[in-house]
Amino acid sequence: MLGDDKYFLGVDVGSVSTNIVLLGQDNTVKEALYLRTQGRPMQIIQEGIRLLRSKIGKSAEIIGVGTTGSARQLAATLLGADVIKNEITAHAVAASRVNPQVQTILEIGGQDSKIIILRDGVVSDFAMNTVCAAGTGSFLDQQASRLGIKIEEFGHLALEAKNPVRIAGRCSVFAESDMIHKQQLGHSLPDILAGLCQAMVRNYLNNVGKNKEIRGPIFFQGGVAANPGICKAFEEELGQSIIVPENYNVMGALGAAYLAQEKVGLRQDIRTQFRGLNLGDTQFQAKSFDCKGCANRCEVVEITQDGKSLARWGDRCGKWSVIGVPSPGTRGEESKEEQRGA
Amino acid sequence: MKVTFPHMGNAWIVIQTLFESLNVEVVVPPFNSKRTLNLGTKLSPESACLPLKLNLGNYIEAANEGADTIVITGGIGPCRFGYYGEVERQILIDSGYNYEVVTLEPPDGSLLGLAKRIRFLAGTKNSWAKILMAMRFAYLKSVALDRVEDLIHAARPRLPNPALTEKLYEKAKEQLVQAMTEKKVKDTVAWVQESIRERQEGLNTESVKPLRIGIIGEIYTILDPFSSVGIEEELGRLGVEVDRSIYLSGWVGSHIFQGLAPGYRSIRSYSKHAKPFLPHFVGGHGIETVGAAVKFAREGYDGIIQVFPLSCMPEIVAASVLPKVQDAYKIPIMTLIVDEHTGHAGIQTRLEAYVDMLERARLLQESIQTREGVLSVGG
Repeated sequence: MLGDDKYFLGVDVGSVSTNIVLLGQDNTVKEALYLRTQGRPMQIIQEGIRLLRSKIGKSAEIIGVGTTGSARQLAATLLGADVIKNEITAHAVAASRVNPQVQTILEIGGQDSKIIILRDGVVSDFAMNTVCAAGTGSFLDQQASRLGIKIEEFGHLALEAKNPVRIAGRCSVFAESDMIHKQQLGHSLPDILAGLCQAMVRNYLNNVGKNKEIRGPIFFQGGVAANPGICKAFEEELGQSIIVPENYNVMGALGAAYLAQEKVGLRQDIRTQFRGLNLGDTQFQAKSFDCKGCANRCEVVEITQDGKSLARWGDRCGKWSVIGVPSPGTRGEESKEEQRGA
Repeated sequence: MKVTFPHMGNAWIVIQTLFESLNVEVVVPPFNSKRTLNLGTKLSPESACLPLKLNLGNYIEAANEGADTIVITGGIGPCRFGYYGEVERQILIDSGYNYEVVTLEPPDGSLLGLAKRIRFLAGTKNSWAKILMAMRFAYLKSVALDRVEDLIHAARPRLPNPALTEKLYEKAKEQLVQAMTEKKVKDTVAWVQESIRERQEGLNTESVKPLRIGIIGEIYTILDPFSSVGIEEELGRLGVEVDRSIYLSGWVGSHIFQGLAPGYRSIRSYSKHAKPFLPHFVGGHGIETVGAAVKFAREGYDGIIQVFPLSCMPEIVAASVLPKVQDAYKIPIMTLIVDEHTGHAGIQTRLEAYVDMLERARLLQESIQTREGVLSVGG
């Protein structure tokens, strides 16, 4: 079936995971990859593209690319993205496309957590954790490995709790010492884990959820949504049921794919800037230097492909970044013109 | 005597003008930078707010250029900034800097103390008439500066090349630094206006209706682009026209001239606007923040962003009142808190998400309206 083999690519490069979604023209998710970023975003993006190429047919064509996540700019440069969007918009778009009735999104990722309030399918309010990463995926990961259990088992064990212990969740350092204390007193592991889940949820609702009107339907997405212990704690604390959508762990990437569809798929006059599935085989390099132009000493990053400069960013004044791809939010008309002219 | 002072956005241009017209030697500290902040943070108590850290950094950098006297304004409210002059003096002594510190406070009872301090700074050669003339000219310049800044606010979302707009702004500031006559000052404002008009020629300006966002919050952080991580420029680049609750001359007008001169965008009406939500003085610019939020909301702005340094008490009080304003006027208000750990990426993400939120809401509104339009035609 030629012609049906066209897809939108959504890529979400976060601190902990790099997610890639291939969205069909009929809005079905064809592929969803969840990879660990491991501090090497460039290599993981390339690895993801190689993996993707091996999974889809030769005739498959990418007709739009969207990137999101903290490395959205980097991913956009490597891939040639049509849309670069922040995580909040991407998550909101994905959730409201999956279920237009959604009014609240709870999202807990590797190093950040956010709450998004939607009314009539449009974001009306949002908040992100500010100064503290207590109660995010990384902390759960760390505690699981300290207790010698797999992160995948964490939630199921927590569900077995009979008497969850009370743990101070305000700060991850104190939470940890509190947990150790409870262990030394002889509390069972499931009770401690369930207590930790409750503490995390309390902390989340007191911080990012402060002053927000949480109405159902509520979506819970992000990597931590895989943990049924946290889901249960949320349901108990809010007194409402929580929906974990099918693609909960790649919702950001899915949102980016939908945004690419909005931008490119629905219009005839724009063609994708995607740089091709064979970019997995080329050499990307990043180097950085301190600009000595002023006292700000900006750390400028330069990305090169096979020795050719692709983009630069990191400077406050725009002295370096204007040469390559424009910095976030300023994807100018020039690059599009070039693309069309070529 | 070589006088220096802390940076606060464009204030240096006005202060430099004031001292130069009195023939007082003045050292403008290097602009706020990461280095300034690092130097200041080392000497500051951790829980002090961002302005103290930057002030101290400014003094150290100015000391390297030979400054020996500091001028800083004081205050008499619950805001900590009021006693920063004294705190900074003691910190500098402890760290081995030999600075004379002159705190200019609003006249509290007697004008004598203030007059004595001004006389000390101006030396014996300047007559009071000359001092008043210099103050008047500096004030005129600060009104002009604010007008230029506001013109740039309007130009940013409308002109195609953001880098050129920033260059225009820099050039205008340079001209204002040089301008020593009233005519030159006025000409500069006119020149900026004209340049913007020229650049708009041929553009379809009718169709561009930028989103409008009001910036409110603590005066230092909103006047100083280094402290606010350049959010005004960033929003401009995202296609937003910003306005601000407080401009330098508006603050000077009410604070130093005790309301005798209104300045640009007078802050006088804010307490009236704030009254239903916050009827008490809470220190700093808490009332102005709430009042400005109400004013922006009434004027039909699309959104409001509050900015303040971590641990700023007056703004924390205001922040806890703002959800009521948000509910009453159905306008989304976002709060950004800045300190020495603030990262650019985090602010960027929030600003982008906030602008997306306003844009998508507007698109939806427009599509509903056009549909209604079609329906009414059909019916």
